[in-house]
Amino acid sequence: MAATVSSERDTVATPVQRAFREAFYAGAISLGLFVLFIGLRTDQNISNELILVQRWLLLAIVVIAVTVGRFLYVAYAVPAMERSKAEKGAAPAVVAQPGFIKQNFNRIGLVILLLYPVAMVLLFGFQGSLKWVDNFGIQILIYVMLAWGLNIVVGLAGLLDLGYVAFYAVGAYAYALLGTHFGLSFWILLPAAGCMAAFWGVMLGFPVLRLRGDYLAIVTLAFGEIIRLVLINWREVTNGSAGISGIPKVSFFGLMSFNVSDPNYIAKVLHIAQSGAYYKIFLYYLALALCLLTAFVTIRLRRLPVGRAWEALREDEIACRSLGINTTTTKLTAFATGAMFGGFAGSFFAARQGFVSPESFVFLESAIILAIVVLGGMGSLGGIAVAALVMIGGTEILRELDFLKAVFGPDFTPELYRMLLFGMAMVIVMLWKPRGFVGSREPTAFLKERRAVSASFTKEGHG
Amino acid sequence: MNAEASMNNVILQVDHLSMKFGGLVAIGDLSFQAKRGEITALIGPNGAGKTTVFNCITGFYKPTEGMITLNKRDGSTYLLERLPNHEIPARANVARTFQNIRLFSGMTLLENLLVAQHNKLMKASGYTFLGLFGFPSYRQASAESIELARHWLEKADLVDRADDPAGDLPYGAQRRLEIARAMCTGPELLCLDEPAAGLNPKESAALNDLLMDIKNNTGTSILLIEHDMSVVMQISDHVVVLEYGRKISDGNPQSVRTDPRVIAAYLGVDDEEVETVLTEVGDEDVIEQLDTGPDSAHGPGNSASMMAGPVSDSVEHADEGERVTVSKGASKAAQVDARAASIGSKPQSAAKPAAKSSAAKASPKKPAPKASAAKAGSASKGKETAAKPTAGKPGGRK
Ligand SMILES: Nc1ncnc2c1ncn2[C@@H]1O[C@H](COP(=O)(O)OP(=O)(O)OP(=O)(O)O)[C@@H](O)[C@H]1O
Ligand SMILES: [Mg+2]
Repeated sequence: MAATVSSERDTVATPVQRAFREAFYAGAISLGLFVLFIGLRTDQNISNELILVQRWLLLAIVVIAVTVGRFLYVAYAVPAMERSKAEKGAAPAVVAQPGFIKQNFNRIGLVILLLYPVAMVLLFGFQGSLKWVDNFGIQILIYVMLAWGLNIVVGLAGLLDLGYVAFYAVGAYAYALLGTHFGLSFWILLPAAGCMAAFWGVMLGFPVLRLRGDYLAIVTLAFGEIIRLVLINWREVTNGSAGISGIPKVSFFGLMSFNVSDPNYIAKVLHIAQSGAYYKIFLYYLALALCLLTAFVTIRLRRLPVGRAWEALREDEIACRSLGINTTTTKLTAFATGAMFGGFAGSFFAARQGFVSPESFVFLESAIILAIVVLGGMGSLGGIAVAALVMIGGTEILRELDFLKAVFGPDFTPELYRMLLFGMAMVIVMLWKPRGFVGSREPTAFLKERRAVSASFTKEGHG
Repeated sequence: MNAEASMNNVILQVDHLSMKFGGLVAIGDLSFQAKRGEITALIGPNGAGKTTVFNCITGFYKPTEGMITLNKRDGSTYLLERLPNHEIPARANVARTFQNIRLFSGMTLLENLLVAQHNKLMKASGYTFLGLFGFPSYRQASAESIELARHWLEKADLVDRADDPAGDLPYGAQRRLEIARAMCTGPELLCLDEPAAGLNPKESAALNDLLMDIKNNTGTSILLIEHDMSVVMQISDHVVVLEYGRKISDGNPQSVRTDPRVIAAYLGVDDEEVETVLTEVGDEDVIEQLDTGPDSAHGPGNSASMMAGPVSDSVEHADEGERVTVSKGASKAAQVDARAASIGSKPQSAAKPAAKSSAAKASPKKPAPKASAAKAGSASKGKETAAKPTAGKPGGRK
C-alpha cells in the first residue's frame, strides 16, 4: 500500500530517497506485526508453569532484515527490472533460438532418468542408494504418473477433478486384494487394476456429466471421500484402517523373484551378493516404464480425434455439440482414461509398499496431484514432470535440511516447516508463472510449421 | 399437392413449430420450408426468435410443439426434434454457426477444422484403438482430413494463418473460420446465425462470395439469419420474416421487401411513412394506435436503421416487460393485419394489392433500400413465383 501511494505522490524523488522512506515504513509495519509473534513467546518452565520468553534480538534481526530487504528492493531491484524491461521492449523482437537444453529437453531428461539409479549406486553404493532411488526416484515417478493421468482429465478435457486419489485407491486395493487372496501376479493385476479404476471413472463420470466447474469439483471431491470411507468401514474386505499387508512383490516377469527365500531369487540366479537395492532399482525402472507408457499414450491420444475432442471440450462444449461430437462419451473416455492411469499408479504403489491403508488416500493427495498439474502447466507433460520433481523432490529434500539446525538452533525441526515452505514455493511460482511452468500449448497438427499456442488463448475449461 | 416432387426439392420443412420459455412464446406456430440448393434467409427484428428457431433445428432446444423434417439428398428423412443434439450434425448433416462466435480459441485454425471432422476420423481410427497403434488406414484418413481442412482454409482465405491460434484472428476472419469449420462437417444444410454481424463492407463482400461459392459448388443449402439487408437481398433466394415469434411474410426478397407488413414491422420505415401507408388504405384506428402505442420505443429509430449495420442499438425491446405490452396486436405487422381485417367490406383480394402498391410507393422514398432492392432484383431475377410452395425450378440456380 505504502509503495503505491508514495510513488504516486512524488515521481521526482530518486529511487534511493524513496527506498529510505519505504524501508522505514516496512520496518515499522513489520515491527508492529511481529512484536507479539516473534518478540514474545509463551513457554513452560521446569515446573510446568507458563512463562513469557522475550526474544528481542530475534525480533530486531527480523525487522532489520525486512527494512534492508525493502530498501534494496526499491532502490536497486525495481530500477534494474524496469531498465531490463525497457531494453527488452526497445530491442527488435528477435525470435530467440531456444537453447540446446530447451530443444533437447525430453531427450536429456530421459537419459538422466535412465542413468539415475546407476549414478546413485556408483556414488553411494548399493545400500546408500536405497534412499535416493526409492524415496526420491520412485516417489517422484509415481507422482509424475498420477499427475499425467490427472492431466488428461483436468488439463486436456478441462474437467476439474478433486477426487482423483479415489482411482489411485481403487488401483492399489485391487492389486492388494486380488494379489493377497488369489496370488495373481503383478503383470496380470496391473491391467486389471487399470480396468477397475477406469470402470469407477465411468461410474463417477455418469452422474457428474451434467455438472460443470465448481459443482463438478465438489462432487468429485465427495466421490474421493466416499471411496476412502468405504475402504475404512468395509472391514470384512478391506480390513478397515488397519490396511492390507503382505502384498506380493513384483517378479521379474516371473523369471526372477525378489524374495530372498525363493529358489529363483535374483542374487542366486545371477550369482551376486544379496541386496535389497535390486528390488528398488527394478521398481524404479518399472515406474519409469509405466510413466513412459502414460506419456506415450497421452501424446498419441492428443493427436487422435478423441484427444482433440477433449481439448475442444475444454475450449467450448456447445461448439463441440454443434459439430456432432458426442460430449457424453467424450467426457466419459476422459474420465476413464485418466482413472486408468491412476489405477496403474495405484497398483504399482501397492506393490512397492507391500502395504496399503486408507491413510494413503486422503484428500491432501488429490490436492497435491492437482497442484502438480496446475503448477506444471495444464496439458504439458514436460512441465508437469518438472513440477512433480520440484514439489515432491522439494518436500523430500526438506527432510534433509539438518544444516538449518546450525542456523536456527538445535530445537529447530525443518520437517515442521515443510508444508509452509511448500506452500510458499507454490505461491511464488504461481506469481512468477501464472499458467504454470509451461504455459503454452503444443498444437497437435500443423500445415506449415509447428508453433506453440500462447496460454492467453487457451481456456481452462468450465468443468 | 404434388408432395412427391416437392419433397425432393425441400431440404428443411418446419411445421407448426412452437417454443415457449415459461410464459414467453419465443416462437408461435411457425411453418416454413427451405429448398435444396437455395439460400433461405430468416430475418426479423431483435428478439423475434430467429436464434431460437436455429436452436430448435440444431437440437439445442427441444421445441414445445411442432415438427422439423430434414430430407437428405440420399432420400432419408430425419425428424430433427427427436434427434439428440450431437446427432443432428453427425447423422442429419446440419451444421451451424453461432451469433456470438464459438471457436476453439486455444487451438490452431487447422485443429479447429480437424475437430469438425471428428466423427469421420473417429471411425477411421477404429474408435481410437487402431489409431493408437498407428495403423496406416488412420494415417491416410488423417492426411485426407488435413487436405479437406486446407481446402476450406483456402476458401476462407485463411490458409496463411493455419498454424495460428483461432483466438488470435481478427473478428471477420473468425466469422469466416467458423463457417469453414461448419463446412468441414460436410453438411447438407448450413445454418448461419448473423454471419455478417460486425463485418466491415469489404469483409461483408468477401463473405457474400464465400456463401455464393458454397451454394454453387457444394450443393449445401443455407439457412441464414441476417440483419444486414445488403447481404440478405443480394444472396438469398427466399426470405422468411419473423416478428415476435410469428411468421409475417415469406417469399422471394423482392416480394418480402414490398410486403407492407414487413415494412411496418421491420424494414425501418419512418413512422410517418407507415402512416402514409395506412392512411392510403384508410384506417384511422390503427393510426391512432400507432401514435400512442409503444412503437416509437421499439421500432427502428429512423428510416433505414436496419441498413445501418449493427443491431444492438435496439435490443431493449426484447425484454419481457415490453413483450407483454406489445403482445396483443401491437406488433406492426399485426396492425397491418388489423387494418386489412377492418376493411372487411372490401374483399380480401382487393385489400392486398392495395397494400402492395402503397408499400411500393412508400419504399422508394428511402435511398438505401432502393439501392439494395435494385440489387436484390437482379439477384432474384425471374423468381416472382418462389413464394408459392409448389413453384421453384429444381436446381435452377446452379
Ligand atoms: N433459453 C431461453 N430462456 C428464456 N428465454 C429465451 C431463451 N432463449 C431465447 N429466449 C427469448 O426468446 C426471444 C427470442 O430470442 P432470440 O434470441 O431467438 O431472438 P433473435 O431473433 O435471435 O434476436 P437477435 O436478432 O437479437 O439475435 C427473446 O425474447 C429471448 O429473450
Ligand atoms: Mg439471434
